[in-house]
Amino acid sequence: MIPLTWYLLLAAGLFCVGLYGVLARRNAVAILMGIELMLNAVNLNLVAFWRYITPTVIAGQVFAVIVFAVAASEAAVGLALIISIYRRRSTVVADEINMLKW
Amino acid sequence: MTAMQIVFLVIGAATLLGGVMVVVSRNLIHAALWLILSLAGVAALFVLLEAGLLAVVQVAVYIGAIAILIIFAVMLTRRVMADSGPAANPNWWAAALAALMIFAGLVVVFMQLPALGAAQAAPLAGDPEVLVEDLGRALVDVDRYVVPFEVASVLLLAALIGAVVVARPPEEPLPGEEGR
Repeated sequence: MIPLTWYLLLAAGLFCVGLYGVLARRNAVAILMGIELMLNAVNLNLVAFWRYITPTVIAGQVFAVIVFAVAASEAAVGLALIISIYRRRSTVVADEINMLKW
Repeated sequence: MTAMQIVFLVIGAATLLGGVMVVVSRNLIHAALWLILSLAGVAALFVLLEAGLLAVVQVAVYIGAIAILIIFAVMLTRRVMADSGPAANPNWWAAALAALMIFAGLVVVFMQLPALGAAQAAPLAGDPEVLVEDLGRALVDVDRYVVPFEVASVLLLAALIGAVVVARPPEEPLPGEEGR
């Protein structure tokens, strides 16, 4: 039997790796990939808690489905923004996109 | 150590390896391919957790749509990123520190909740098909989760339209664009 703690540790590790990617990478597409990793870790946690704590209530899986939908919209809008910025500024490096910086 | 635990450890190691390679590889196409490995690992973990439908959705939505979208975005923006300069910004050590501290904090929290270690996975009540049916009904049942479901649908539609509008090429050439 796999202890619940293993799932939680794995999800925490995946989340922190994604967080590092979001904070440290310079390329905007790489930042988006980090966000996807973080969302996946959250989903893993949700499903693990559903399976171990409340297997009779389907809410955990419903929550994961909603997170899927939000992740899909986030990826679509994020990549559209990146392509738009690339058209206008010819760069996708996050620290060179400083139009709003005073 | 049972066979299930070994399977879990192998899948978990592959998932984490994929995640780490995503954030460290300089070549973005390679990072996207490692991301696919990581997403597939999570899908396999969903199977281990007996959430078969979510595993299928994970493969279809994440690997089938999001990963491919990211690869397209990398290819559309590639010219500049074939790349000058480092992949990580100068503050990467602060990012690593923050990530490590959050990980340590989470581990401490897990250690302080004895109930988590004792939680055992009870066998699921019905067979998996009943469970999937219940999930489907729960999503459209007025008394249960129809409102979040509809909100998610509207959000997806809005994101779709927004993405089309945002990514459309500008009508007149922008100041910086004449030279190209």
